[in-house]
Amino acid sequence: MSLASAARAALPPLLVFLAFLGLWQLACSVLALPAYLVPTPAEVAREAAAHLDQLAEAALLTALGALGGLGASLVVGGLVAVLFSQSQVAARSLYPYAIFLQTVPIVAVAPLIVVWFGTGLQSVILTAAILSVFPIITNGTTGLVRVDPQLLELFAMSDASRLQLLLKLRLPGSLPYFVAGAKISGGLAVIGAIVGEFFAGFGADDLGLGALILQTSGRLQTAYLFAAIFAATLLGLLLFGAVALLGELALRRWRGRELAVH
Amino acid sequence: MTDPAPAPHLEARGLGVRFPGGVQALSGLDLVVRRGELLALIGPSGCGKSTLLRVAAGLAPPSEGGLTVAGEAPARARARRAVAFVFQDPTLLPWRSLHQNVRLPLELARVPLAEQNAAADAALALVGLSEFAAAAPAALSGGMKMRASLARALVTRPELLLLDEPFGALDELTRERLNDELLRLWERDRFTALAVTHSVAEAVLLGDRVVVLSGRPGRVVADIAVALPRPRRAALVGSPEFAAIAAEVRARLRAAAPPDPSDLLART
Repeated sequence: MSLASAARAALPPLLVFLAFLGLWQLACSVLALPAYLVPTPAEVAREAAAHLDQLAEAALLTALGALGGLGASLVVGGLVAVLFSQSQVAARSLYPYAIFLQTVPIVAVAPLIVVWFGTGLQSVILTAAILSVFPIITNGTTGLVRVDPQLLELFAMSDASRLQLLLKLRLPGSLPYFVAGAKISGGLAVIGAIVGEFFAGFGADDLGLGALILQTSGRLQTAYLFAAIFAATLLGLLLFGAVALLGELALRRWRGRELAVH
Repeated sequence: MTDPAPAPHLEARGLGVRFPGGVQALSGLDLVVRRGELLALIGPSGCGKSTLLRVAAGLAPPSEGGLTVAGEAPARARARRAVAFVFQDPTLLPWRSLHQNVRLPLELARVPLAEQNAAADAALALVGLSEFAAAAPAALSGGMKMRASLARALVTRPELLLLDEPFGALDELTRERLNDELLRLWERDRFTALAVTHSVAEAVLLGDRVVVLSGRPGRVVADIAVALPRPRRAALVGSPEFAAIAAEVRARLRAAAPPDPSDLLART
């Protein structure tokens, strides 16, 4: 995508955002809402500027949890997908439990994780991983199983082994599916990390965005709370964008125009 | 022309194939392809032409009768890399360069890398794609992809080449050029070839013989010798001798095809 077309794509949502800010500011002054209920955008911006260091630190910590969770999802989800693609028995007997990961209310399980693994980054990563692993498993399994039957016959003509089929056909062929899964998982990992921090926040002087949201809401620092929510949203967008960009680069190489000869 | 009695390379006797669902694809099929012969196989759609190729490649088991390649089971001939298959689609792996695609059969057979590379270079040169060795399939036209697919089939220097309507999806001109290419390669190496096609002109142009299969279940209903001089090229298609043979093949094919429901309607 060129810079000009990127700017053109970003313009409409940006205008919507500005209109939203305007309406919000207007509503606050017309309805005379108290700042502890709904702060004006200006107040939120002021608060964000005042706590920029803490916000950035918190976002960095949450990003670490989300990235750790996403990384764990890719590794574990990838291995589970390979297992499912190689064994019908494993796929049929374990798939219901993979769905359980998708449907489990993460808020209910997070406290249990803290009981077992204590407060701190490891529990945040685990929460993020549980929430984000399912799309990797399903997309990955689909990609590994759905292979052009003619390609399977091509490999059969060379009496290819199961391992050769996996390494030279199924795994490289499933890259677009894994990329699609990772894009969904990226956003889920941020949510998972924030929920994780609600319960496993790192102690008073080491707050992630989740813990910061909990703390500021408890103290009725509503403008600061809003700023933290915006930071969390921004982080989710950034992570999604980064995963999408990396995926696009990988796919471009995958169907690249010029490839190495030997 | 070939020797008076060259050895049979592919031999089917009473071959029948029934699919697990109960569909009888082939039944009582007898066919002999001599060594070095280029045989064109034509028949109404769904008559089991592709199934016959897949049995010859050892990819599908016969239900009745048998088929041998060089006197042994197809899977054994395949295992010593004596059989190659050209599919309907180019079936190139998009993440591999042409060169990496062409050397794949040797790579899967764990041939030493230097040998793989030399053979892939030679095969690409054979089809005139040397300068595109590093290109990805996505960068190539349909005809070039099919030529790369041909190069991949020839990289093992097979004795028997099975072609399943390989140029069916290409435009007329590209198809002509690829038929010429195939004829040139065959004249050079004289491998045995069994080419399935749904075009009468293509069958007559390519084949030493044209074998017509009946509608499902497929069996041989006509075996027509094509007494046209070689080397042949696509330009031959316009000649009167060619037209006479093509007319005969077309008549036998029409007789073999199941009646068209619209004909029945016209008669009532």
